[in-house]
Amino acid sequence: MQEFLDTWGITAMVFLPLVGVALMMAVPQKEESLQRWLALAASIGSAVVGVLMLWNFDYDDSGTMQFAVDHRWIEVITARYAVGIDGMSLPLLALTLLVVPLVLIYSWNHIPAPGNAKAFLILILVLHTGMLGTFVARDLVLFFVFFEVVLLPMYFMIGVWGGEQRLYAAIKFFLYTLFGSALMLVSFLALFRVTGSETFNIVGLAERVAEGDISLTTQVLIFGGMFMGFGIKVPMFPFHTWLPDAHTQAPTQGSVLLAAVLLKLGTYGFIRIAIPILPEAALEWAPWIGLLAVIGIIYGALGCLAQTDMKRLIAFSSVAHMGYVMLGIATLTDFGINAAIFGMVAHGLITGMLFFIAGSVKERYHTLEIKRLGGLLIQAPRMGWILGITTMASLGLPGLAGFWGEFPAILASYDPAPGLSDTLFRVYMVVAAIGTVLAAAYLLWLLQRTAFGTPSEEFVDDPEVHDMVFTEWLAWAPMLVLIVVLGFLPSLIFDVTNTPASMVGDAVNALGR
Amino acid sequence: MPSTLWGADVGSIVAGLLATTTADTAEFVRPAIDWHAFAPELIVLGWGALVTVIDIIGLERTRRFMPSLTGIGFLLAMIPVLTLWDLDGDLPRVLFDGAYVVDNYALVLKGLFLLSGYVIVLLSTNYMAEGDYHDSEFYQLIAASVLGMLVMTSARDLVSIFIALELVSIPAYLMAAWRKRDLKSNEAGLKYMLMGVFASGILLYGMSMLYGAAGDTRLSVIGESLAGDADGVSPFIVIGTLFTIIGFAFKVSAVPFHTWAPDTYEGAPTPLTAFLAVASKAAGFVGLVTIVLDGLREVPSIVEPLMWILAALTMTVGNLIALRQTNVVRMLAYSGIAQAGYMMAPLAVYSTSPELVRESIVTYLVIYAAMNLGAFAVVIVAARKTRSGEIESFGGLFRYAPGVTVTMTVFLFSLTGIPPMGGWLAKFQVFNALIEGRTGWGVGLAVIASINSVVAAFYYLNVAKFMWFMPAPDDDYSPIRVPSALIFALGVTVIVTVISGVSPLVPDLTDFTEVATAGP
Repeated sequence: MQEFLDTWGITAMVFLPLVGVALMMAVPQKEESLQRWLALAASIGSAVVGVLMLWNFDYDDSGTMQFAVDHRWIEVITARYAVGIDGMSLPLLALTLLVVPLVLIYSWNHIPAPGNAKAFLILILVLHTGMLGTFVARDLVLFFVFFEVVLLPMYFMIGVWGGEQRLYAAIKFFLYTLFGSALMLVSFLALFRVTGSETFNIVGLAERVAEGDISLTTQVLIFGGMFMGFGIKVPMFPFHTWLPDAHTQAPTQGSVLLAAVLLKLGTYGFIRIAIPILPEAALEWAPWIGLLAVIGIIYGALGCLAQTDMKRLIAFSSVAHMGYVMLGIATLTDFGINAAIFGMVAHGLITGMLFFIAGSVKERYHTLEIKRLGGLLIQAPRMGWILGITTMASLGLPGLAGFWGEFPAILASYDPAPGLSDTLFRVYMVVAAIGTVLAAAYLLWLLQRTAFGTPSEEFVDDPEVHDMVFTEWLAWAPMLVLIVVLGFLPSLIFDVTNTPASMVGDAVNALGR
Repeated sequence: MPSTLWGADVGSIVAGLLATTTADTAEFVRPAIDWHAFAPELIVLGWGALVTVIDIIGLERTRRFMPSLTGIGFLLAMIPVLTLWDLDGDLPRVLFDGAYVVDNYALVLKGLFLLSGYVIVLLSTNYMAEGDYHDSEFYQLIAASVLGMLVMTSARDLVSIFIALELVSIPAYLMAAWRKRDLKSNEAGLKYMLMGVFASGILLYGMSMLYGAAGDTRLSVIGESLAGDADGVSPFIVIGTLFTIIGFAFKVSAVPFHTWAPDTYEGAPTPLTAFLAVASKAAGFVGLVTIVLDGLREVPSIVEPLMWILAALTMTVGNLIALRQTNVVRMLAYSGIAQAGYMMAPLAVYSTSPELVRESIVTYLVIYAAMNLGAFAVVIVAARKTRSGEIESFGGLFRYAPGVTVTMTVFLFSLTGIPPMGGWLAKFQVFNALIEGRTGWGVGLAVIASINSVVAAFYYLNVAKFMWFMPAPDDDYSPIRVPSALIFALGVTVIVTVISGVSPLVPDLTDFTEVATAGP
């Protein structure tokens, strides 16, 4: 078993969804339930392989790549099929492997208009492969390919199954992300050429840069290209404008996947690629990244307070929450990066959950306009309580997962990496702390106006408004359980991420600035 | 008439040639001909003649076999291309004192042109048979043009490059005006012919100066003799280089010499448009690459800035105008101009690593051929039902032709450069070549290209938007019947497009590290 996992484990995990796609293609469109079972089987098959690897993962050695494969791929451009899992990618992989099957279960009776379950589920599976591949890639070219693969399914998911403004949102999402990744590719190639490396291997490139005869200006420019690629994906202020549109217009499943996993591709890129390879340039950029992060926190929060649409409000809250993640990363300390990884997982679970609820509310009320909603606790008490728990988690209540993403990130900015201005980051810290107050304001306000009170007259006798259904329980329960469990046992994640995070922190410290 | 226009130049070159040959050799000795190396050209030539004779004898009775016969000819010619491939490591085979070279570079391109020719025949089959055209002659002209392309891949001599270029172009002038009752087609043919002839004149003028400077028409000799003047390049060589490159810039429709392309593309029969946009343009590129990398290899100080400006202009202007197009063929024409800009870009930095530049351009040509021919195939398929070239006519395609829509989507995303479709690898190789020299100019051009690829995404996705998200313009959702020839063409192009994006197939083919610069 160990041998199989070592050689084929990651490959099987990443490409099993595509096998599912191939099988589904062969089945005619009208066999809808078979399509659903095939899609679910493919994603669960992938998850089973993933869980086996998590089981066999050597947690004492989470700083090294495990189950690593390094096989020749396109030799002429020295791109290799190099994959592996370490403590940094493991939590995000686990998140992806969990969320996609849940989304598929939720889709069981929630295929959005205009239907066509076959195409919809195929897109989710393609997305699955793209996301998993990005988290395991150790080669920049391979990373780029997987990073881009997720564009296509998301574009179609928003464009075909989205809301009224779907065409605008889809093209905006696509062009923004493509712009970033085009510059990112130029950066990757420039890095490859200036280091004179023989491969695109991330560790190899980092070693070449560390040997150090590359001018700081070049490093800063290359980092800038990567910053565009990853920063737009996160998204950081001022590149965030695609996000509210994409989130609001996407179907529920698309919003959940966007929030839970896709945004993390950007932050993961920072801690996996940009900072470890170019720590010196990262020090130059960190004050600016921190600045944009806290602007994002405040701007996102203020944006939330101005929203009249529940889904759009949650989308803006994503901008704010990813701001905390980026602030943690900007400190360039192991503490901050640990917080960032935790924040990614927590945000994935919590915001994913919020989008699930928003989707179900929309299905019942046919609107997400906050002022028309109300009394969810009376009409659908269980769903109302779940909304309550999730908003509490989202505003960072201790004891739930959200706390461990935000609080350590704020704490980390008290003492940023050597070479960064303490004063500046302490200012950021204060601003970020104010952001948590605003977060409490908009989330409680949301909860109050949708869940409390009495149902508005137009919905009071609406037979379509009912409480949870079975697939919703099945899809949501694991996420809720994890939100609580991680809130009490944050060490589940911190123990895994600590070694790789401190390796990044050490790389920055080693510069001795 | 063109011939009188160039009379003086042709005359002087021929006279010069005669003078050198008579001076060097007292009596004429027939050079040894490597028949095997020359076989692909001979097969296309012989088969084309045979098909013509069959047509003359059979007339109406044999007409319907013409496309298949022509196609078979191209496939037959593939056999020697395959047998020549690095046989016993005896490549490159040098013929005619270095004027004609068969190496891996030439063979990959010969394969590309033969297969493109084959796909074009598949695209034309129903189009020609169903329109009221002279169809047999059309295929004979295609064969003649492909023959020119085959010659172009191996030509390492100014005269043979020029002859190859004319052999590619002259049949295309005729074919562009093939829909003779349509004014637009007449316009297409006339414009193309006039601009083409004009470009040939400029090219020949430039070539005559290069010949004058070097005293030989072989590129290898020209390359060496220009090396001597590397410090102070004489104005004579500057003008010769400039005119030669501008002549090719017309042929590959580089901005600002592109104005003929959209009108010609729109008016010409669509299969011929595909031929012009892919095969004919590629032939122009092959000539340009060969001349620059072999003949002008020592004067990058003239060529590189020129190519930089041409490439940056071509990709930017092509993309910006493509944004505004409402006709899908015109859109593809302008997008093809933009793509030519990407292909040209590596020539702006060729002095540091000529072989990488050559590889990246050929990689681009191969992948571009597959995805663009595929896109044109879909246009032809869709127009069979809609009878329209407007982008709006693609509305609702997903509902009545899901398979075609998916393949078109593959081509569009490949053209945009999104993995896992082949286009990303083509762009990657171009960026790779641009950044390799680590110069600010190269990286700057790469950044311009990457921003352009975002602009391009908008209009490619616009087509996808109509296919997937919009209703059919006239609410006609009756399914379309796709002829088997077109299905086959779509299958071939889509498979090549996808495979080339995920496997090392194309880069392995275009790895010419062993190519020697052709010497006598």
